[in-house]
Amino acid sequence: MTIRSDRDHGQRYRPRMSCLKKLEATVVQMQDPSTGVKGTDQKLNITTIPHVITGQDIVAWITKNVNIDNDEAQAFGTMLVAFGYIYPLQDHKKLVLRPDGSLYRFQTPYFWPVQKWKAEDTDYAIYLAKRNIRKKGVLHAYEQEEYNKLHKWMNHKWDFIVMQAKEQYQFQSLSKADRVVFDCQERAYWIVHRPPPQTHSAMDYGLDRHIDRNAEEKKTYDYYRRIIIYTQQAVMRSRVKSSVSLGALAKYITTFKNHDPFLVPCLPSNPWHTDDNSYWELNAPDVEIPTKMSVERWSFSFYELLNDPRGRADFKIFLKKEFSGENLAFWEAAEELKWGTAASMSEKAEQIFKTFLAPGAPRWINIDGRTMGLTVKGLEHPHRYVLDAAQTHIFMLMKKDTFYRYLKSPVYKEIQKKAISPAPHNFSEAQLQQNMRNRRPSINPIITWQKEQEEKAKAAAAAGPVDIKKLMASKLDRK
Amino acid sequence: MGEMEQMKKEAEALKTQIEAARKAAHDTDMASAASGVAPAPRVQLKTRRTLKGHLAKIYAMHWCTDNRLMVSASQDGKLLIWDSHTGNKVNAVPLKSSWVMTCAYAPSGNLVASGGLDNMCTVYNLKTPVIKTVKELDAHTGYLSCARFLSDTEVLTASGDTTCALWDLETGKQKTVFLNHVGDCMCLSLSPDMNSFVSGACDSLAKLWDIRDGQCKQTFLGHTSDINAISFYPGGNAIITGSDDCTCKMYDLRADQELITYQDAALNSGVTSLALSMSGRLIFAGYDDFNCNIWDSLKGEKVGVLSGHDNRVSCTGVPPDGMCVCTGSWDSFLKIWN
Repeated sequence: MTIRSDRDHGQRYRPRMSCLKKLEATVVQMQDPSTGVKGTDQKLNITTIPHVITGQDIVAWITKNVNIDNDEAQAFGTMLVAFGYIYPLQDHKKLVLRPDGSLYRFQTPYFWPVQKWKAEDTDYAIYLAKRNIRKKGVLHAYEQEEYNKLHKWMNHKWDFIVMQAKEQYQFQSLSKADRVVFDCQERAYWIVHRPPPQTHSAMDYGLDRHIDRNAEEKKTYDYYRRIIIYTQQAVMRSRVKSSVSLGALAKYITTFKNHDPFLVPCLPSNPWHTDDNSYWELNAPDVEIPTKMSVERWSFSFYELLNDPRGRADFKIFLKKEFSGENLAFWEAAEELKWGTAASMSEKAEQIFKTFLAPGAPRWINIDGRTMGLTVKGLEHPHRYVLDAAQTHIFMLMKKDTFYRYLKSPVYKEIQKKAISPAPHNFSEAQLQQNMRNRRPSINPIITWQKEQEEKAKAAAAAGPVDIKKLMASKLDRK
Repeated sequence: MGEMEQMKKEAEALKTQIEAARKAAHDTDMASAASGVAPAPRVQLKTRRTLKGHLAKIYAMHWCTDNRLMVSASQDGKLLIWDSHTGNKVNAVPLKSSWVMTCAYAPSGNLVASGGLDNMCTVYNLKTPVIKTVKELDAHTGYLSCARFLSDTEVLTASGDTTCALWDLETGKQKTVFLNHVGDCMCLSLSPDMNSFVSGACDSLAKLWDIRDGQCKQTFLGHTSDINAISFYPGGNAIITGSDDCTCKMYDLRADQELITYQDAALNSGVTSLALSMSGRLIFAGYDDFNCNIWDSLKGEKVGVLSGHDNRVSCTGVPPDGMCVCTGSWDSFLKIWN
């Protein structure tokens, strides 16, 4: 018989095959003589094929034992056929489960798909050669093509292949019935692993993985050391009780429930349903009057408020009234530093120091002495995260104090009153058709981003300290 | 030999200790905590758009922050940028290597990235009328399985060489390398506050990393096979993972353990991709059996199916405003459902 070598394709191995283990467990159950699927003998020409089962029996057994409904049972059964655990006797090229009287048989475990190795090309070549020897011209067109291809690549091994094929062909100790059965099984195996063209193959899994999952990791000193260090850290870490974290999860979901377009229809209408862009227009970042839903969302958390550009703008208005705009300005400047280009970093850092941190700076922020000391020291050699400590401090300050005052302020109450609640659309069939025809592309985000950058530059120039001399000079000039 | 035995004993003792600590903190399960919440309605979504244009298996897709544009990568060697609402192709980026496994859209909309069996992450600039390559990030020794932009200057990648890396786009070099996995890293997800990320790998572990100091902060065990998909919960306190063992699991970061498993006796194919609705209530999980199942994240029940693809669902994505879900498949089509 063929020597089956343990595959080694440069240590690559197959993904997505771990479901095979689960399927095998079910298949073994199905073959149980007392509780499994009932089989009968089927006469085929002059031979009798034992243990034949019908499609509908399979579906019925699956429905009962796996406890699912008919459609799912059929899909499950088709998977068993597609993977090669059960093979059809009639119409053997189509690997689906037909829930009627179509006949199937269980594949012998020798031919089961296994997670560890692929069906080798050498074996396929031997199989095709064997069939060729038995009767010339019995190969299908696609098989003939494959055979020719293999003959070309494996030319150096061809003698070996032909010899193996001849040996297998001459190995006749099986009775005629057994031989017919074996031929069916072998054919089914190769239909699964070398599918005919234009069919889906369940064994098609995409690209190989790098590391062999089946290899046991060597239990070296390093392995144990790693486990020990990790477990020690994990034990020392404080953990929150499940009730707290689950409660927080449930709370988040409930809070956002009305804002989730999948759970609650959005106003005025979902653009994907009606092809009407009003929803997107009403929620654009630069819109004058926000919607009630947006305004409500700002109150959920400080993070939500800052994330929505319209919300942030409103918050700025509030801060201006309170004369405490420097906190948000500092926070925004720190964000710019974090995500900006490396070239601009030292310039930005200097700017930030002059504007926010230097003693007597025009927009001096109020942070504790220690953080101030660390930040100023770090600014001598500015890097992306140099303002992290200060930024977190300011963020917490705004979140714990300013945010709540904002929610209670007249500015917020006013915007809540002004916010619009658009009426739900009620399009007729004809109008929907019209909308579909009028679908227009959106403004490219690149253009939006460029506009934003320009506006930011203008704002920065406007917010800079005013040069009194120049101003007076220009006034005098006019005289 | 004696030392090895000692270490083995110590490791076992610590493992028991942590099991006990976790059990003690696990004072309630999801079912009771979520008992107060009404069950999610049966979700029946229809295909609103089918985007046809790719000629081979689609491996990845990613939405842009403007909720309309998206990029998809296929093994025909192209990145296509779609305006999903009109169905038009805005741009086509030809790739040097057709074995692409991931694509990403920058939050600003200016850049897209792709990577795959060429071990490199290539970043393209969309601002110019003719799309040019900005940088080729080449230092991984294994295939690139996932890439995500932090901004226009930083990219995070996960690779088959078991490492993840943070790159500086201006210099093209790796700023930080995250080493701890022992299997191919298959996926990564950024936290909403962008200070940390989680990665899932073929060693069945999900790890939480701090971007700043490059250390693995937490590891999550529980899966029995490769983790193919991972996503942060919108609140940032929990993560969902999808694996080849046909289950999805939710882990809480603060409780440091698994909270719930989404599994079904009938499901016998691996999870390839995950996406969450914007409130976190619904999980859209793409499977190898050509369907995408919708799970109720609180109750742990299946509430819907998206079937319509003729081959594996390889990628799913929900845009930032949560208006729809897009599934991409090996049948070369992208479908948008709502």
